[in-house]
Amino acid sequence: MRHIISVLLENESGALARLVGLFAQRGYNIDSLTVAPTEDPTLSRLTLVTHGNDQVIEQITKQLHKLIEVVKLTDLSEAAHIERELMLVKVKAVGEQRDEVKRSADIFRGQIVDVSATTYTVQLVGTSDKLDAFIQALSGTQILEVVRSGVSGISRGEKTLAL
Amino acid sequence: MTSQSKHAEMLSGAAMVIRALADEGVEYVYGYPGGAVLHIYDALFQQNKVKHVLVRHEQAATHMADAYARATGKAGVVLVTSGPGATNAVTGIATAYMDSIPMVVLTGQVMSHLIGEDAFQETDMLGISRPIVKHNMSVRRPEDIPYLIKKAFYIAQSGRPGPVVLDIPKDMTIPSNKFPYHYPDEIKLRSYQPKLKGHSGQIKKAVSALLAAKKPVLYSGGGVIMGGAAAELTELAQYLNLPVTNTLMGLGAYPGEDKQFIGMLGMHGSYEANQAMHHADLILAVGARFDDRVTNNTKKFCPDATIIHIDIDPASISKTINAHIPIVGLVQPVLEEMLATVKQKKKKLDSSALEQWWQQINDWRAVHGGRYDTTSALLKPQHVIEQVSKITKGEAFVCSDVGQHQMFAAQYYKFNKPNRWINSGGLGTMGFGLPAAMGVKLNFPQADVVCVTGEGSIQMNIQELSTCKQYGLGVKIINLNNGYLGMVKQWQDMNYESRYASSYMDSLPDFIKLAEAYGHVGIRVTKPEELQPALQRAFVELKDQLVFLDIHIDPKEHVYPMQIPGGAVNEMFLSKTERT
Ligand SMILES: Cc1cc2nc3c(=O)[nH]c(=O)nc-3n(C[C@H](O)[C@H](O)[C@H](O)COP(=O)(O)OP(=O)(O)OC[C@H]3O[C@@H](n4cnc5c(N)ncnc54)[C@H](O)[C@@H]3O)c2cc1C
Ligand SMILES: Cc1ncc(C[n+]2csc(CCOP(=O)(O)OP(=O)(O)O)c2C)c(N)n1
Ligand SMILES: [Mg+2]
Repeated sequence: MRHIISVLLENESGALARLVGLFAQRGYNIDSLTVAPTEDPTLSRLTLVTHGNDQVIEQITKQLHKLIEVVKLTDLSEAAHIERELMLVKVKAVGEQRDEVKRSADIFRGQIVDVSATTYTVQLVGTSDKLDAFIQALSGTQILEVVRSGVSGISRGEKTLAL
Repeated sequence: MTSQSKHAEMLSGAAMVIRALADEGVEYVYGYPGGAVLHIYDALFQQNKVKHVLVRHEQAATHMADAYARATGKAGVVLVTSGPGATNAVTGIATAYMDSIPMVVLTGQVMSHLIGEDAFQETDMLGISRPIVKHNMSVRRPEDIPYLIKKAFYIAQSGRPGPVVLDIPKDMTIPSNKFPYHYPDEIKLRSYQPKLKGHSGQIKKAVSALLAAKKPVLYSGGGVIMGGAAAELTELAQYLNLPVTNTLMGLGAYPGEDKQFIGMLGMHGSYEANQAMHHADLILAVGARFDDRVTNNTKKFCPDATIIHIDIDPASISKTINAHIPIVGLVQPVLEEMLATVKQKKKKLDSSALEQWWQQINDWRAVHGGRYDTTSALLKPQHVIEQVSKITKGEAFVCSDVGQHQMFAAQYYKFNKPNRWINSGGLGTMGFGLPAAMGVKLNFPQADVVCVTGEGSIQMNIQELSTCKQYGLGVKIINLNNGYLGMVKQWQDMNYESRYASSYMDSLPDFIKLAEAYGHVGIRVTKPEELQPALQRAFVELKDQLVFLDIHIDPKEHVYPMQIPGGAVNEMFLSKTERT
């Protein structure tokens, strides 16, 4: 099962290395990872996508908790939540393809953020599934480059992950 | 730093390191000097509160500090230089980590501005040690040193204990740069607040389950030793007449000579302990982590048991074996509360069921009962350990190396007190025994301190005989010399048709001459009748001296019982020719 784990981490050097090292050391998967400081510069917010059976996920959250710099964490996927990922795709766009790519981008509510004589760069924001679907939809087009940010997430409603 | 610092004493970073240790109540630091820590050594030299023990190899410093912690429950302190000094300490840090032992390791580092430039004797000690420490940190500003040292002790000793590394770049300790010194009374961290007391609802639930049990077993581990809860455990067990088994790390939590003690469990556990575990309807696991050397095949583990698991680390609970009633908390307050709850209820276990259970356990006891060949003309290691146990009345500190001799010591020494059986269980570090014995002897000069070892293990830190001479450490070395890497040989006998790939130790030194060369006494024992007089000499006549007893034992002996790989806890080989 896919899980989205959100972590508040002390914004200290070495903290991120420790967290990533834990996954390597214990053989857990990291599908994606995003991290940046929060409005409080002493804290970083990290969103991590992983997968495993219930027992593995339980160990992951427990082991994360044990890291001294981890302040709080939550498994977002256990309740209603919002997840977003940003993708930039550079595609070959010449002749008829130019229209076709634009149409696909419109359907997916993407934006063309850069243009050259032979390429378009499309920006798309959404769930990871939606980004996957867009790539599928481009199957007739030559994809030159894909950059994805990894998932960021937040709980729905009044629930928060804060100090 | 406001008003306080106005009156605070001004100290250099180096002096702060040593003063902070003194303020923490540290008596001994174990270490080895080198360029990056010379300022700190100079500060050590200029005071006399904190004493330094100079080992011959940094690994020994870590094991000495570790053994001090195992014997006292307080963190041991290590001081080593950068680069090779730090990397030599790695095995000892990992040893402490695997057994959850509190330790503070101060490692020198190159000057801050040189970090990352492949400077002379630079290694990324934070990176190297990260997977084998509870935490590690580096000093960025000299004025933070007192806080960081307090934090290191706090993290090392609280919750589930473990080693903490503090990396100190040399420019943080420059003697002429002085800063106000203030040692904090306590540390509060928003990101680290170990839970201490157990959940009362869970404790009540556990007590109800326990009182309803017909075939209970109390299975306790290293957490009870390091958590200082042997007295509570013993009282609970005796109040309810529960059978008690200990892990390798838990020996001594319950008196080894008491009739309720059914021996160690697991791979080389007793027949009765492993049988009782398998057939139990309730297991009360206290400060033990269901290690694979205990459970054997987890799928076949204790099929009928309700499992209560008390542990300070939630990650230890339901990691390998699912716990039905988990209790997160320190063993000492949790056991205390359990005991109070039990007494309040004025109820005990069904006595006829318990009587039947004890009958069954005593029948199992009779099956193997730790028997070994007593008619052999060769010295048997089991016999040697029994005799050592006798002459020291089960009260010595027994520090072991790793191998068959370790298992014989665990099985045949009768540990009547906690914190006296000191061995590397999780990492299984050969070379641990002698430095460990030294660390204990230094801190308990009046006590009998025994190092049980083998001719393989002892050579991994034999250089420390020199340190023993320097500090007058009268440890007794029981070298169970079988001329083989016996534990390896046993596996080769059992799994590789006795093809002894590199398990024969050729060209062994003359240990007697070696001991003498280092200024100690060596006694060789090759016949059964020589054992008693040799022990008498070592433990009585030469009480204060280091005596190296090189005891030539049956080279063919195996350790039994031994669990059959892939089987349930209770599937065992009982001798070379019998199995369950
Ligand atoms: C050659 C060899 C053979 C071995 N054979 C065996 C064998 O036959 N049987 C055996 O048992 N072991 C054996 N071992 C040792 C084995 O590898 C493990 O080290 C051992 O079983 C672990 O013991 P433990 O479960 O008591 O856990 P420990 O490693 O001692 O862990 C302690 C547990 O208690 C918790 N804890 C710590 N302090 C507290 C506290 N204050 N309050 C609450 N909880 C606390 C910790 O979180 C941890 O979960 C062998 C090792 C070697 C080298
Ligand atoms: C540092 C290290 N290297 C290798 C091993 C693997 N090992 C475990 S027991 C053992 C043999 C120990 O031989 P000895 O000290 O003579 O003890 P014996 O088993 O003969 O009693 C070995 C090599 C280990 N545990 N530690
Ligand atoms: Mg040997």
